[in-house]
Formats: sequence, structure tokens, C-alpha cells
Amino acid sequence: MRGPTGVLVRGGTVLDATGPRRADVAVAGTRVVGVGPDLAAPAGWVVLDAGGCVVAPGLVDLHTHLRQPGREEAETVETGARAAALGGFTAVVAMPNTEPAIDGAEVVREVQELARGACCHVAVAGAITRGRAGEALAPMAEMAELGVRLFTDDGRGVQDPGLMRRALEYSSALGVGLAQHCEDEALAAGGAMHEGAWSARLGVPGVPAEAEEVMVRRDLALARRTAPLGARLHLQHLSTAGALAALRQARAEGLAVTAEATPHHLALTDAELAGYDPVYKVNPPLRPESDRQALVAAVADGTVDAIATDHAPHPPEAKELALDEAPPGVVGLETALPVALQALGADIGAILALMSWRPARIAGLEATQGGPVAEGRPANLCVVDLAAPWVLDPARLASRSRNTPFAGRRFEARVRHTLVAGEPVVVDAEARR
Amino acid sequence: MSIGPHLLSVADLGPEGIAEVLEVTDSFVEVSAREIPKVPALRGRTVATVFFEDSTRTRLSFETAARRLSADVANLSVGTSSVAKGESVRDTVQTIDAMGVDALVVRHRSAGVPHQVSAWVSAAVVNAGDGAHEHPTQALLDCYTLRARRGSLKGARILVVGDVAHSRVARSNVWAFDALGAEVCLVAPPTLLPPSLQGWPVRVSHDLDAELGDADVVYLLRLQRERQVGALLPSVREYTRGFGLTRDRARRLGPDALVLHPGPMNRGVEIAAEVAEGPASVITEQVANGVAVRMAVLFLLLGAAG
Amino acid sequence: MARRERVAATGSPVDLVERSQVMDADDLRRAVVRIAHEVLERNHGLEGVVIVGLQTGGAPLARRLAAALAEIEGVEVPTGTLDVAFYRDDIRLRPVVPEAATDIPFEVTDRIVVLVDDVLFTGRTVRAALDALTDHGRPRAVQLAVMVDRGHRELPIRPDYVGKNLPTGRHQMVDVGAEGVDLGTVAPGPGPGPGGGGG
Repeated sequence: MRGPTGVLVRGGTVLDATGPRRADVAVAGTRVVGVGPDLAAPAGWVVLDAGGCVVAPGLVDLHTHLRQPGREEAETVETGARAAALGGFTAVVAMPNTEPAIDGAEVVREVQELARGACCHVAVAGAITRGRAGEALAPMAEMAELGVRLFTDDGRGVQDPGLMRRALEYSSALGVGLAQHCEDEALAAGGAMHEGAWSARLGVPGVPAEAEEVMVRRDLALARRTAPLGARLHLQHLSTAGALAALRQARAEGLAVTAEATPHHLALTDAELAGYDPVYKVNPPLRPESDRQALVAAVADGTVDAIATDHAPHPPEAKELALDEAPPGVVGLETALPVALQALGADIGAILALMSWRPARIAGLEATQGGPVAEGRPANLCVVDLAAPWVLDPARLASRSRNTPFAGRRFEARVRHTLVAGEPVVVDAEARR
Repeated sequence: MSIGPHLLSVADLGPEGIAEVLEVTDSFVEVSAREIPKVPALRGRTVATVFFEDSTRTRLSFETAARRLSADVANLSVGTSSVAKGESVRDTVQTIDAMGVDALVVRHRSAGVPHQVSAWVSAAVVNAGDGAHEHPTQALLDCYTLRARRGSLKGARILVVGDVAHSRVARSNVWAFDALGAEVCLVAPPTLLPPSLQGWPVRVSHDLDAELGDADVVYLLRLQRERQVGALLPSVREYTRGFGLTRDRARRLGPDALVLHPGPMNRGVEIAAEVAEGPASVITEQVANGVAVRMAVLFLLLGAAG
Repeated sequence: MARRERVAATGSPVDLVERSQVMDADDLRRAVVRIAHEVLERNHGLEGVVIVGLQTGGAPLARRLAAALAEIEGVEVPTGTLDVAFYRDDIRLRPVVPEAATDIPFEVTDRIVVLVDDVLFTGRTVRAALDALTDHGRPRAVQLAVMVDRGHRELPIRPDYVGKNLPTGRHQMVDVGAEGVDLGTVAPGPGPGPGGGGG
């Protein structure tokens, strides 16, 4: 990355997994070269004002849909990475449900090539099965050789338990992780929202909570079996109390499965669908208040390890279809941090654990992402102003798509600067390129 | 006037709105009985029927209603040919709206579409059936038919029998009957009931025979034969055995009990042919009242422009 | 008719201020009897005559006229009521719903229809009534009987039988009740004034 000779992030409070301290951060080339109070900036350096802000390791998103190749009208690697950087993310894991799917070395290379000039680091996730069809294993070893650390059929879950077992076994030798979109398709059966009081009243086909829970329970059993081999399982976008209870119990027994939750599942409920607006249609669907509260509690007690956006852009025409015809998904990179802060009411340190260093580890990126903010470490940082009120105007999103469920919402926190490998890609809440 | 600017759901109409429609319907029943059943009330207005899901009967009923009010009618059957699935509903309705129509009568296989349409057009929107959500004019004509036959519905014991889960007619009728003070009981096998009845003003029973004797009204829903797919029912025959209004069951109804069906009927499935034609059945009156009720709705929505 | 629009527009009965009575109950009764005699004279009896009262002000008067004719001639004249809500020419300007259904349980074709209304004002209600009548058939003749003609005609409509000619200001209102006829000024309030409609 071409950047200035040096950057001084001045006047903020550094906050990483080791704790908070008042300090300036000096960055030269791609690395942090100094952390301490009242650092001096040599001539020619860019000085970024971080007064009143938190200076933290950049956020890492375990779950982003960049849509390229195949759906460039919704998003591209370039526009998605820009949106990510504006949201404080210095790395994202790109989901493989592109067209064609990322299920082999060729497409992995294509996306990695596209990611070369991007505003943030893009790690590519590969599919578990060929074409994500759920029938035969994809060549995980050849993709792992190219650096792929996480595999998922996301968009779908692997329906066949026998195949999932083999996938866990096979992947265990590669030192990679499998991430599951837990949705039993026979139970979900074309539902467009959570199956419950609201769907019954609105006359909309629903997805029962059990569609998520049965696959979570199934995969926990399979993970228990394959754990001794070293298989690693990560559960994506959990949303139901039932699934969380099963996970909590498995953890109590010592099973090392990780899990993520999205900001929109933490903030919103199925009542949002009352106006039949497909902007609120997501998969898994928004759940009732009782599930939302269970999710908030699970994040607070550590049952859920990370917050991941499941950023899913769609062009406007797609979201102007009938509710049951519209594709599910909301964009989220640019709003994830303020929404998480609002929904969890937690302190910024807890939020950063959920959005920076823990997801960095799950993604296998801890060498370069997630901090700590220390001399010698790669300079992937975000500077967050916790007292910067702003109102979300969808028209001003950097993402190519506008399908946000938070239009018009007022937030209190905003990302001021983002540095990726030492380069200030976002300055004063605006993308530099 | 308590109805308008759109008619999207009976639940939103409330008792006053329903009463207003029923009262005005009386006048249109009189108009429809004349030799020349026409009044100039909506002369110069245009009503467009935009049916994304086919239904000749309902469309014809709306069309007749509009013409009897002297409105111009444009019929767009976008169901199968011209609009492929996935094409924007918004584009279609905005094009029609731009031509200057005063009302759009919309039917779609997906719940919520008329609601969405109302945000995209300046015309008045009438919901002619959206997925499993509502079919407001059907409930209104059912209420009118019952009112004409037995006066007030207050305290009336009404059984709604059949595939409630997938029925927009059932939903609209539950809200309408409840608004008029009736006591509603849903009768169906568990698989044909909605996944949650939280907030619904109804009783539930799985035993039609136990409920028949006390019922004032039996409202039969059409059973789509495709319900066997998806394991909702083992067979149509099993449904009829448990929930069909057979000749024997009809005999056990009270002497003043009324039988209704929104049509089209599956004779021999949810209703025996002779019961459909029997003395308790008011099914033909339902159809006749449909035009007058739709005239009332169009008149109330368009008769006084805002 | 004007009163009915007033109710529809404001949702509450008309408030008249500065009320003064212009006909008492006896004046009203005598006027009905006189009109009955005029109807008989003009039509040489009651052969082929039917009475249609315009809802809502004309309906009770129609019944009184029929009763008077029955007493004088000993004949029951077929009497019906007509609501012209669907025929108004100002349907887009103000919301008006029919207050009572039309009820004309006899043939109108080839009959002499005596239309009865309480107040004749701009003439638009009568025009609407003529349209409505035509949808019921083809009368041999239509004659108009009103209790009060208050002037301000906007259409070429003239009454055949009048209870009382009463010059009025546009802002005033005439209220024909069972016990007499009042003239007053309309209490100021929201909604359109008494112009633009009426009998």
C-alpha cells in the first residue's frame, strides 16, 4: 500500500486486549513504531487527530458478502472494502456464495486478485461443498494452500449430516475452520420471516426457530465427535434462544465451538415486518423480543464470541418485490459498531473484544489483525469517536446498495479514522480512496 | 367517513368502518335491483383491476361494481404472461398510476403487496386478496349477507371451518366477525391452523361434530387439494371425514343456522353438493351481495376526492 | 337538502342563530292542504299520479301530502322516497353518503310523478332527482312541489307547487320541521357554506 512516510495518531486513548491507556500511536510503513504519551511527529508525517477518541485494533468481520464475482450490481470487492473501512473494519472474511461460488483455487485466486487494491484486507472463505450444492466436498486442501482459513456454504447450511461429519473430519487435518449457516431447509420450507404470532397475523409463511436449533444441535454433536481430531466449528449468525441454550450447554461441557451474532439480530425484532417491507427480511429472520434478549444475554456472558455483520447488499429492485419473493439480507458494515454499542449498552472494550481481537483469532488472522497496539505489530487500527452523533441516511452509504434497516436512526458513535497496513484509508469519516 | 384512503385490511376498518360500508351497501343493493342498475356516482373516474394472481370471479365482481357506478374500468391481468416472477411490482403499478387511474384493485399471491403498492401510487388501493393475509371485500360481503339474513351478529356463534392457516378469507372474517360482536370458533386439524393464535379473538376446536349443534353460522373454507403435499393432511378423504359439512352433519345444525362458503366450492370435500344447494345455504346470496358491497367500497373511497 | 350537506360536512346538526319562525304549524298544515288541492286541480284528479319524496327533507312532506290527498279524494296515492346521493354533480367536493335507501315500489313509467322536497334553493338536488327518476323509468310528466322556495336558482328549475315564497340571503338557512318553518343564519363553523347545493 502506498501511503505517507508516517502517520501519528495523536491524543486518543489506546484500547486493546491488554486494556486502556492514554497514548499516541506512531506508524511508519506498514507497522506501529511507537506507542506512548506525547509522541513527536517527524516532518512529512500525517497527523491524525484522535482527541477524545478510542484508538483500537481494527475491526474484523467474519461474515461479509462482497458479491463479486457475479453480482456486481449489488457490491464489488472494492466498494465493499470501502464500506468496511468506513465502519472501522481493517479485515473482512468474504463469503463464497458468489457466482460462481468460491469452491476451488481458481475463484479463490480471482477474488484475492480483486482484493489486492482494496481499502481493507479481504480474507477469502471457501465453500465446504462443490457449488455449495451440499453433495460433494469441495477441494479444501487446494484452497487452504492459497491461504483460505475458513470454509462455509453460507447462504445455505450443509443439509446432509453424513456429509457434514466427513467435512469436519477432512478439514481437521488442514488446520482450518468450518463455519455453518444453521438452517434446516425442510423445516424452514420457504418461510419469509420468523414463524410466530406476527407471521400468523400477517399471513406470511414463517421459518420456525427449530430450523436453526436442530442444525445447531446436530453440529454440536458432530463437533463433539470430531473435536479430538482437531476439527473446528464456528456457528454463524445465531438468533434463537434454543440454539443459544444448546451452545451454552456444550460449552459448559468443554466443547470449543465458536459462534457469532449480527448487530441487526441484537437490535431488531420480527415486529419490524408489520409493514411488509422487505428491507427487514433477513436469513435467519428477525426474531421475537424474547429471542433478542436471549441473544443479548448470550453475548454478555461470552456464549457468543463475536459480532459479525453478515453484510448482504441487494439492489433496490430486489427489495421492492413482495416480501416472500425478495432476497433476504441487509447491509451492515458501516453501521455495525454504533448499532452494537446501542443494542448491547456495553462498554467499548467489551464491544472491541467482540468485533476485533476475538474474530481475528477465529478467522486465523491474529498475526496481523486484532492487536495488541504495540511496537512492531502491523498497523491495522481504527479510531472511534464515542461522542459523535450522526443520523443514517441510506443515500450516503458507501456500499453500492442501500438495503439498511436502520435508515434515519441516530447513532452516538462514529469511526473517525481507519488505518490499514499503515495507510489512512479513512480520515475524518471519509474514505480516502 | 371512516374508510380510506385505501382498503387494505378489515382489521384496520374497525366496527365503525364496517358498519359504514354495510349501511351504504343497502343503497347499492337497491340500485342493483333496478332494471338499469347504474348510477353516475363515479362518472369520469377510472378503476384499474391489477391482478397478479388470476381470479375471474373476483375481478368480474369488481369490474361490474365499477361499471354500475359509471366508472371506466381497465383490467390488467399481470398474473402469468406479462409480468414474470421477480419483475418489479413497483414498476408495473407506477406505470398504471401515471396514466391517471383513481383506484387500483390489487390481488397478489404474496401477503403485503397491496400495502407496499399503497406507498408507491397516488391512487386509492383496494386489496382484492394478498397471499394468506386478507380479502377484505369478501369479509364485508359475508357480514352483509349474515346481517341481511339475521340482523345483528352480536353474540352469534360462528364456526370457521377448514384451512385457516393458508386462508386470507379466514383472517379477514375473524377480524370482521369479532368487530361486529360475534363469537368465533376455528375448527380444523392442528396442521391447518396458524402457528400462533396469540391475539386472535377466537376459540379453537378440532371436533366439528361437537360444535355443530350450537352453531348459528358455519363458514366453510375451501380445501386446496395440494395440501397433501407438505404433509399437512394424509388425504382429502380424511379431511372430509373429520371436517367436511356432509349431509348428515348438516342435519344436525340448528333450524336457523346458516352455511356460507367464499367459493369456489369443492363439492364433496368441504361441503356436500346438496348442502350447498340446501335451505341453510346462503352461498348464492354471498355472490349477489358481492357486487353491491364492492360498489359501496369504491363509492366510499372515490366518491369524495380528498 | 342544504341541512343534510351541512350535517355531512360538519358531522353535527345545523346550528342556526338569529332564528325566526316564518311559518307555524297551522300555516304548514294549510299549505299542505292547499298544495293537495292544486295537485288535484292541475291533474284533474289522481289518475296516474304518484308521489316521490326527496330524502330526507321531502319524505315526511310527501307522506303528509299523500295523507291530505287521501282525506280529500279518498284515494291512496302510491308514495315512495328517493335518495339522490349518487347523482349529485358535486360529488367530489364534499362527502355525502345516502341517508336512507331509495324506495320506489311502483312503476314510474308513464306516470305523473310529483316530486316533493322541503326547500328549493339552487335547483341542483332537483336536477339530480330528475336523473335518478329517469333511471327508474320514463315518467309521463314530473311536477315539483316544495314547501319553501328561497330563491338563488343556479339551474333552470321551477316549482309547480309552492308552500311559501321566501326571499333569503345566501348565508341564511331554511329549516322545515314538523311544527313549522324557521329562517336563520348559520352559526359560523368549519366546512363549506350553504351555497352550491340545496334543493
